[in-house]
Amino acid sequence: MTQKPSHDTGKGQGVNFQDPLYRENILDHYRHPRNFGRIENPTVTFHGDNPICGDEIDIALQLDKNKITDAKFIGRGCAISQASASMLMETLPGKTMEQASGISKDNIMEMLGVDVNATRLKCAILPLKVLEGALFLHKKENEHKLKKRNG
Amino acid sequence: MLDVTKIRKDFPILGRKINGKSLVYLDNAATSQKPVSVISAIKNYYEKSNSNIHRSIHTLSQEATESYEGARKKTAKHVNWEEEATIFTRNTTESLNLVMRAWGMKNIRKGDEIVLTEMEHHSNLVPWQFLAKSRGAQLKFLSVDAKTGKIKTDEFHNKITGKTKLVSVCHMSNVLGTINPVDEIANIAHENGAIFVLDAAQSVPHFPFNGKQHDFDFVAFSGHKMLGPMGIGVLLGKKDILEEMDPFLFGGDMIARVELEKTEYDTIPGKLEAGTPNVAGAAGLGAAVDYLNKIGMGNVKSHCDSLTKYALEKLSEINQLTLYGPKDTKMRGSVISFSLGDVHPHDLSTLLDRDGVAVRGGHHCAMPLTKVLGVTATTRASLYLYNTKEEIDQLALSLKKASEVFKLDR
Repeated sequence: MTQKPSHDTGKGQGVNFQDPLYRENILDHYRHPRNFGRIENPTVTFHGDNPICGDEIDIALQLDKNKITDAKFIGRGCAISQASASMLMETLPGKTMEQASGISKDNIMEMLGVDVNATRLKCAILPLKVLEGALFLHKKENEHKLKKRNG
Repeated sequence: MLDVTKIRKDFPILGRKINGKSLVYLDNAATSQKPVSVISAIKNYYEKSNSNIHRSIHTLSQEATESYEGARKKTAKHVNWEEEATIFTRNTTESLNLVMRAWGMKNIRKGDEIVLTEMEHHSNLVPWQFLAKSRGAQLKFLSVDAKTGKIKTDEFHNKITGKTKLVSVCHMSNVLGTINPVDEIANIAHENGAIFVLDAAQSVPHFPFNGKQHDFDFVAFSGHKMLGPMGIGVLLGKKDILEEMDPFLFGGDMIARVELEKTEYDTIPGKLEAGTPNVAGAAGLGAAVDYLNKIGMGNVKSHCDSLTKYALEKLSEINQLTLYGPKDTKMRGSVISFSLGDVHPHDLSTLLDRDGVAVRGGHHCAMPLTKVLGVTATTRASLYLYNTKEEIDQLALSLKKASEVFKLDR
């Protein structure tokens, strides 16, 4: 070891360590998540977690026919997963089912605006996976209802 | 006192740069690094003696058999256990599964109870869940006091009773570092006619372990946490119990005589080691044991103890840092779990990695325990013989930087 013991207390000295991943916008969404909470009588809900770090996301969508009118999430976990959920939920209201289904991994990366390595990619795309699950479930439920009506 | 500067030269990986910084490897509870002598033992085996063991008469096969059985002899001596009752497995998990399958399926019956603690690693929990479900047995758990990080001793006699058939407890917690009163628990288990299994994955690598000074029926540990390679583990068992047991896996190398309809099994340890084993892994473990003995397990322990004490002091100076586990360093090993404000352990791990500091963030394969602690995950720094005070200083400094990034002091 060549590192000398440091006597730097590292706090309250006006030093602001910047980190390329934990940018202002990510920390802001982590600390002040948008669209956080529950929806009364949601059209569809879905849960997902990342067992490696224990990230958890529950999302709820309110749909008016084919259009998302409200989207909320509850979750706990790392800054990347929670910020990603917050940013994603914010963009959903007003989108159709098809538009929401079209959101890709790359779109999430663009929203986050940072490079995430392979181990943290799971955190970043967990909310997208949960959204995909919710949309799939809703589609299945609709098909089921249609079948029942027609059958 | 250890000559840590000299020791570090034996571990090539410690010279690595991570993100341009010197590697500070503090994830030893997950796996230890390997000295040159261990890496050479594996290389030598494959370059000079590779051959299948116990089968052929030719020189290479003899050498391979000597490597494998020599490693068993060294390992048995290291923990003071009978050679023939020292079984090679892949890892602690497999050792515990061996006990579950070969002893548990035969001896656990409907209505029996299996006693564990709330601080077990999944490897000492999930196999017993399966056994209990398969056999109609009940699981009981000794509770952990979240504040002290210790098992509640007043529950021992309530939970370990005449119905108990098996008690399995970790010697040292892989999350809290707590060293459990395993002799006391083993005694109570035996008074009630139960067998006692020790998960020694974290303890055998860190303390002197003399099997004959205790009364354990089974002891499980891994080679890779004690400087050895991955893929070689150990199960120590009492001879009479091992002899009574059914085989774990069936096939080659575990037989005495085979006919089309029936088979006479080999004696122990062969009976419990079916198939071509990890000979190179055993040779590596033998070299690891030699290395540890050269240093002395007493010296390993005192180095890790003093480093743990230093780390606990250093970390407790950091604002908004919560330490888990016993405060008393006599009751704990060199595993230190903590949380820092509202920074998630994975974010913290990412930030520490920027400075080359390798720690583990998550539930450490002990999800029920993290629940007891009232957290979703923790960050863990775990130390070993090659770690230094300067590395602890770097950890502390990097944690303070992480506080800055997350603006914890504002």
